[in-house]
Amino acid sequence: MDSAVPEIDLNRTAREHAAALRVGEYTSRQLTEATLSQIRSEQDLFNTYITITEELALQQAEAADDRLSTGEGDPLTGVPIGVKDLLSTKGIPTSAGSRMLEGYRPTFNCTVVDRLQQSGAVIVGKTNLDEFAMGSSNEHSAFGPVRNPWDTTRVPGGSSGGSAATVAARGVPLSLGTDTGGSIRQPAALCGVVGLKPTYGRVSRYGVIAFASSLEQVGPFGRDVHDVADLLTTIAGQDSLDSTTVPEPVPDYKAGFERGFEGLRVGVPAEFFGSGLDESVRSVVETAIERFETAGASIDRSVEIPTVQAALPAYYIIAPSEASANLARYDGVKYGYSFKDGESVDEEMSMTRGYGFGDEVKRRIMIGTYALSAGYYDAYYLKAQKVRTLIRQEFAMALSKCDLLLTPTTPSVAFALGEKIEAPYEMYLSDLYTLPVNIAGNPAISVPCGFVQGLPVGLHLIGRPFDEATLLRAANAYQEETHWHEQAPQSKY
Amino acid sequence: MTTTTDPTDKYEVVIGLEVHCQLRTQSKMFSDCPRDYFDREPNTLIDPVTLGLPGTLPVINEQAVSYTILAGLALGCRIPEFAKFDRKNYPYPDLPKGYQITQYDQPFCLDGEVAINADGRERTVRLERIHLEEDTGRLLHRDDGGKGYSLIDFNRAGVPLMELVTKPDLHTSEEAVVFLRYLRQIFRYTGVSDSDLEKGSFRCDANISLRTHGAQELGAKVEIKNMNSFRSVQRAIEFEIIRQAAVLDAGGTVEQETRGFVDGTGETVSQRSKEGAHDYRYFPEPDLPPLRIETAMVDELRASLPELPRARAARFESAYGLSRDEARTLTETRQRAEDYEAAVTLVGDLDLASTVAHWLIGDIAGRINELGRADAELIDTGITPKHIAQLVQLVDEGTITASTAKDVLGFAFDSGDLPETIVEEQNLKQVTDVHAIKDIVVTIIENNPKAVDDYRGGKESAIKFLVGQVMRETKGRTDPNSAADLIKTTIDS
Repeated sequence: MDSAVPEIDLNRTAREHAAALRVGEYTSRQLTEATLSQIRSEQDLFNTYITITEELALQQAEAADDRLSTGEGDPLTGVPIGVKDLLSTKGIPTSAGSRMLEGYRPTFNCTVVDRLQQSGAVIVGKTNLDEFAMGSSNEHSAFGPVRNPWDTTRVPGGSSGGSAATVAARGVPLSLGTDTGGSIRQPAALCGVVGLKPTYGRVSRYGVIAFASSLEQVGPFGRDVHDVADLLTTIAGQDSLDSTTVPEPVPDYKAGFERGFEGLRVGVPAEFFGSGLDESVRSVVETAIERFETAGASIDRSVEIPTVQAALPAYYIIAPSEASANLARYDGVKYGYSFKDGESVDEEMSMTRGYGFGDEVKRRIMIGTYALSAGYYDAYYLKAQKVRTLIRQEFAMALSKCDLLLTPTTPSVAFALGEKIEAPYEMYLSDLYTLPVNIAGNPAISVPCGFVQGLPVGLHLIGRPFDEATLLRAANAYQEETHWHEQAPQSKY
Repeated sequence: MTTTTDPTDKYEVVIGLEVHCQLRTQSKMFSDCPRDYFDREPNTLIDPVTLGLPGTLPVINEQAVSYTILAGLALGCRIPEFAKFDRKNYPYPDLPKGYQITQYDQPFCLDGEVAINADGRERTVRLERIHLEEDTGRLLHRDDGGKGYSLIDFNRAGVPLMELVTKPDLHTSEEAVVFLRYLRQIFRYTGVSDSDLEKGSFRCDANISLRTHGAQELGAKVEIKNMNSFRSVQRAIEFEIIRQAAVLDAGGTVEQETRGFVDGTGETVSQRSKEGAHDYRYFPEPDLPPLRIETAMVDELRASLPELPRARAARFESAYGLSRDEARTLTETRQRAEDYEAAVTLVGDLDLASTVAHWLIGDIAGRINELGRADAELIDTGITPKHIAQLVQLVDEGTITASTAKDVLGFAFDSGDLPETIVEEQNLKQVTDVHAIKDIVVTIIENNPKAVDDYRGGKESAIKFLVGQVMRETKGRTDPNSAADLIKTTIDS
């Protein structure tokens, strides 16, 4: 079989690969080998992976081939996928992009990885990320920054930078990331791919290394909306191991695709088009709005999310507060990096954490610890929760008048490596339009909508809770109208 | 000689208790890891959730919630409609996540009330709350020739732990101990906990302060820990009262602090000052949605409450004609009370209820005590209520004498055989047929001419001697009264 390895077009979507596997054009093993070779060469250019799981991938590919040969299989059977290195994989190093988890191999799979394996998807590697998912540029990784495939002097966004970049670079057709404040949608926008943050409670967080528990969700990256819908279908649904998942049934996300823009009411809240927005990005997004309108959607510019101004400060209270507790377990006692030569337990813990964590992680632990301290709780954490309630109500109100909201995903296109690393607040602003959605819990998607000086721009659609179907339908209608998603980066390997 | 004055002449002692009690659930508080770690090798009852491995999430143990509410109902608590869990943050090597999941401001049970009888008085002790949390691991301190180190056993981590807090309503060490014994009795009656102090499944801390009689303000509160038996609770409180009184008498002020009781010396020593107190930075547990306690569930639990010791003792007094002490003794444990009632029911004659009680409190209690186990019950002696019932019936019917009955009981303890079987097989039936013992009586009269002469000489007590001889010959199976009659008629004839 190896003697006649067919030429495999890695520009193909997961759906196209799946069709090719079914007709025997090539096997999952051949596709996986081609993918492994591609991501190895990509690794030198973009540093997208922390671990490439070659052995496991080939095993899974062969199992997928067996399954396909009997005529069985799910849409993802035999299709290669990258998984953010924040997701626990049994027996495979899981680093969270941190020195702290040096040598750590989970004894269990996270629920979404279990579901991937049941579907027959082939996991080829663990993608690079900002340490513990804290960051918007992927520069806060203990394993070095990821580079943007559209321009290697620029960041891919973060924290799921590796997952976005490997899909953009045609390493894999699909990947999984996590989104706590924009960590899927922002890198999807900056890398010119599709990325979706599901409704809070839609996808299990069990086994996903926690940063901010009440905000984050696992979600799919893909090069087109169909693939993203298939991957969401695979990972969504209640999990008895995650009490925050809900019993809401998982619908057929593609059922409404043929209705296109028909009857879609799209709200455009002015608050997301303020002074922080880069003018060239604004004009690309305005063009997209026109396309929506000419294609049959109705545009409503009267919707408001007034409290969104307070979203960023509220987010930077809630997320660090939860992180300060979630990261307390890394004390060097049980697993991962451990400083051994201290005079006391306290000293060893403090040295372990001092060396094990990077600066951004320490910054957030400090902020969160402060915000929860006696005497400050009411002024910070409690107030932030009140802001959260208001924002949630405002999204609900806006979405009672329309089916979805449309905004830019990010205020600007990919920025240069090093540009914002010393200016945390500047960095935080790149999630200005995405993090209010995490605060509210709604689902949102970013789809490619054009370019500014050769760099991709993302269109951000926000939906009602558990109505990912409408988001996907609108995003799919838009992509069929524009084909921006078919553009590939030219920084070739 | 030192003159001792009673500190309570001058000061009012105010005591509040905090009781931790492990629940007897199948699994741990937040995972399906088995709970019963007694006698298990260290670190064999662990799972990813118990160890707080990255990405793990808690799932609430419903049995633990039911047990907590059940205990609350038994202690007169109010069950609020909403409850939630919170994180209590503090770093310690035996705390796997660096925070403990507990309940801060919305516990399952509020405002209970308990009546106790101590120092010969009835008293009401108000409860502030009962909440549910997870236990920590255990540190085992070792010393290898001067080089100390600690090992951690995580078997106990995650065991459901109920914490009960009283109002400062106790005033003497005796009251405290009576209250604690009562709590333990209730926890055992309701089956929610073993409440074994030695095994650590029932632990108590005491808050003690003194104030001059009539003072409005409470004095500085000292928290006493490390009391591992009811006796140490008593000693620690008594020591602390004298210590604080001495400080006050000398014109000093009692410092608010935490002190540990040292069993060997009977003293309390300072552990942590007020300044050293932790800021636990409580905040709502984001991994567990708040709970709504359904009225139907509370009603169901209330209906399932067993009859509690006080009510049961009162009923035993009136229904079975027992003395207060007898009733109290028989209701000390739920099992004993149930064994007693089962035996009474089997006997089927209320007139014999008090006889059943005498057996249980007398010979059988003696046997139970000989077993040397605090939790020993009837079943551990090898007999059942059916044994007791048969024994009582056999005596009542005149089939065996009371003295034979004691022997039969002894055989039953050893063999487990039922009294009817023992009596049958060993031919222990009372000899009621006078003709059957006539020959024996004649022989005894012939062999004891002196006693016969004494009797004839008017010495009535000589009959007793002769009856004793008959009893010995018949191995106690003769009714002594009929034997006496037969001897008299034989001599007189």
